[in-house]
Amino acid sequence: MENQNTIVININGNRFNFVKGDTILDVARQNNIEIPTLCHLKGTLPTGNCRVCVVEIAGEQDLTISCETKAAAGMIVQTESSRVVASRKQTIKKMLSMGNHNCAVRAPHEESWTQYQLKVQGEDNSPELCPAWGDCRLQDLAYYYQVSGSDYSNVQTLYSMEMANPFIIRDFSRCILCGRCVKACNEIQVNDAIEFGYDGDRKKIVAGDDKPLKDSDCVFCGECVQVCPVGALVPKDARFDRQWESKKVRSTCSYCGVGCQIDFHVKNNRIIKITGAEDTAPNDGSLCVKGRFGFNFVHSQDRLTTPLIKENGKFREASWDEALDLTSKRLSEIKDQYGADTIGVLTSARVTNEDNYAAMKFTRAVLKTNNIDHCARL
Amino acid sequence: MTNTIGDVEEADVILVTGSNTTENHPVLSAFVKRAVKFKNAKMIVVDPRQIKLTKFAEQWLRPNLGTDVAWINGLMHVIISENLHNKEFIEKRTTDFEKLKSMVEKFTPDYVEKITGIPAQQIIDAARLYAKAKAGAILYCMGITQHTTGTDNVKSLANLAMLCGNLGIAGGGVNPLRGQNNVQGACDMGGLPNVFTAYQPVTDEAARKRMEDAWGVTGLSEKNGLTVTKMVPMAHDGEIKAMYIIGENPLVSDPDLNHAEKSFGNLDFLVVQDIFMTETAQIADVILPSACFAEKEGTFSNTERRVQRVRKAVEAPGAAWDDWKITSEIAKRMGYPMAYKNAREIFEEIMKVTPSYAGITYDRIDREGLHWPCPSQEHPGTPILHTEQFTRGKGVFHAIDYISPAEQVDEEYPLYLTTGRVLYHYHTGTMTRRTEGLNERAPESFVEISAEDAKKFGIEDGSMITVASRRGEIKVRTKISDMVDIGTVFIPFHYAEAAANKLTNAALDPVSNIPEYKVCAIKLSGTA
Repeated sequence: MENQNTIVININGNRFNFVKGDTILDVARQNNIEIPTLCHLKGTLPTGNCRVCVVEIAGEQDLTISCETKAAAGMIVQTESSRVVASRKQTIKKMLSMGNHNCAVRAPHEESWTQYQLKVQGEDNSPELCPAWGDCRLQDLAYYYQVSGSDYSNVQTLYSMEMANPFIIRDFSRCILCGRCVKACNEIQVNDAIEFGYDGDRKKIVAGDDKPLKDSDCVFCGECVQVCPVGALVPKDARFDRQWESKKVRSTCSYCGVGCQIDFHVKNNRIIKITGAEDTAPNDGSLCVKGRFGFNFVHSQDRLTTPLIKENGKFREASWDEALDLTSKRLSEIKDQYGADTIGVLTSARVTNEDNYAAMKFTRAVLKTNNIDHCARL
Repeated sequence: MTNTIGDVEEADVILVTGSNTTENHPVLSAFVKRAVKFKNAKMIVVDPRQIKLTKFAEQWLRPNLGTDVAWINGLMHVIISENLHNKEFIEKRTTDFEKLKSMVEKFTPDYVEKITGIPAQQIIDAARLYAKAKAGAILYCMGITQHTTGTDNVKSLANLAMLCGNLGIAGGGVNPLRGQNNVQGACDMGGLPNVFTAYQPVTDEAARKRMEDAWGVTGLSEKNGLTVTKMVPMAHDGEIKAMYIIGENPLVSDPDLNHAEKSFGNLDFLVVQDIFMTETAQIADVILPSACFAEKEGTFSNTERRVQRVRKAVEAPGAAWDDWKITSEIAKRMGYPMAYKNAREIFEEIMKVTPSYAGITYDRIDREGLHWPCPSQEHPGTPILHTEQFTRGKGVFHAIDYISPAEQVDEEYPLYLTTGRVLYHYHTGTMTRRTEGLNERAPESFVEISAEDAKKFGIEDGSMITVASRRGEIKVRTKISDMVDIGTVFIPFHYAEAAANKLTNAALDPVSNIPEYKVCAIKLSGTA
């Protein structure tokens, strides 16, 4: 029943319609066919950097990179053929051997295992396994394709870890040079702070002319941390906090009026990390430095924890009943003595709609004045 | 915003004015930068400071402080005289075009250059670029509003957008970027002296009756209340006796702080409800501790009118309560029960008394927020306003003449001061200055000054100097920078210990009562 305008591609023996301009990966994903990716980043131009997403196309001698190749009419694609799987295994193995991927995917019976762990722990200055352990795309793929990095001898760590800023740890020993961070910085946030530097074996993600982030154009939005598929970029304050130890709570950022959607990562009644909520407006995963890293105030020792009443110029702690009784008594007295319009209420652009509504209703229905405002102008 | 944040990427031309977007709305600035870098949009930045966005701009116009009406009228002069205006839109959707036309007649590029300092040719080029766009978006922020002519400035931008038919279309609009997470919601909820929820005037008898019925009360006040900028001087004069301040820190954010401090000190009774012992809380009679956003359920409404959920992640510390609960308990003790079980119950009441929120429920916004107006539960929300007609029917062109700022430089106070924010801090710093990393990045206040002025006044980079206006003085570190123009300095207002608002002018816009934070006259004196 196909009309002449319908374009059809064959993937794993099934026929699918597609729109001109879609890549093979797009068509596969639209039809719930899993093609693994690593460097591919939504909203940016594909680079074909990592080669994990290769597929086999009938009649083509070489495997094809599905994230950057447009689907074409009549194409016959295999996404998990033995050639494809062999290629992916090779790719993953190579990445695993590139650095300090000291998770369980390295064969534990390997003789040099202990030696290797000690080396990594020394460089990490910590007895913990990789910070991304359990939340790592490379580790997931290694398990899926049953690959271990043991065939490769340990490579020297060329570049030492950068900890010289308050927010982001750059661990070059775990970088697989997929380039997602570069894409995020240049094509999503458009801060143009990082890029690929040096050539060949010395290749590295650099900020400016290879400066520490703190001295570069970086504005610490942390988009790079969020998109890093491995343990190369991690939030300093939550370095070894494991994903499964915390629960996620979706909410709205409380800084500017953009209203970015955030995920709180909560462990033992503490926020340990905030990430941008993906696949939802308005921010689609992006955040700024304040939204991502500026939450320490929530657990600050300076928080007010009890009502306070001033007596003889000094505050003393009070019960809720005491403070509320005093407040309502004084407001009533002033209302009765001088009139409702001698009372003013400032509600807040910082609190919820529900809080604002309650303040508005209180001012108008209880105090009986319209003297209510907030800092919209300030 | 008349349009959405995502819609910025649909624009052919983006005019950004009075918004240091990369610092104050960083995530929104990414939409702007992407539009320019990857979607061939052209950007015009009009700003006295050489902000980061100027690097992405096709054109950067640098006006003298407080001359916005002049350059906007200048653009409109060029557009009309070159016949680039959208006649169909003007005919169908607007009134009073002739009045505007005769007003902008005198605003020739040469005349505008004299007032604004923007070269005449740049006015012409910018006018052509904006007028020829298929869809032109205007983004603005406090650099437009915080002037004694703030209302005039905003109306002028609306004039410009209507003149080119840039309203009610994707990629167009007049888009104020709201600086605080829920300033939109606080306004929507009637946290203003003249309106109930959804901007129903308190002076409208029918609106009052509706609210009286909904609340089961009588005798709601029929006269407009006072804005905060009026309450403060009245407190000073003893006409305001008591204040209940929720989540605000006017003793850092108000203009002319020395005066404000005396005013608040003069109150018979001050109750402050906050999460920290702010500068304002310190002078209160009673402090009521509240839960912060991570500790409560509810909703915020963002700058694009999208109502979004806020969810509780952690328990509030100690005895802190939700703000609504505290307020309700005071109400109860004053004889009016506000017995809400939870935030959802309040929201259900909000739906009933707020026509623009009538169709929004917690369930509907569980995964993604909705844009008001959303009048019924079947309504999909309204991402773009004014697609068919304006709220009042036809859009009115306002003929607006240029008025100079309230305070001018003179021999004694020879430099202009403008204020704003930096990326790493937020408003009065109560939250961000309690995050070590942010403080490490931006530890202290500074005054940005041009190399020319530094030389002229014999000031070294990094030295501590005293900056004084007619109202007060602060000590602050010098930062020689090409961000500011010759004759103007900039100081961020986050830092209480060097509060820029000790210097600022409390002169108000006559309509909105917004203070003129963006222009005042100052002098510098040597090492403190």
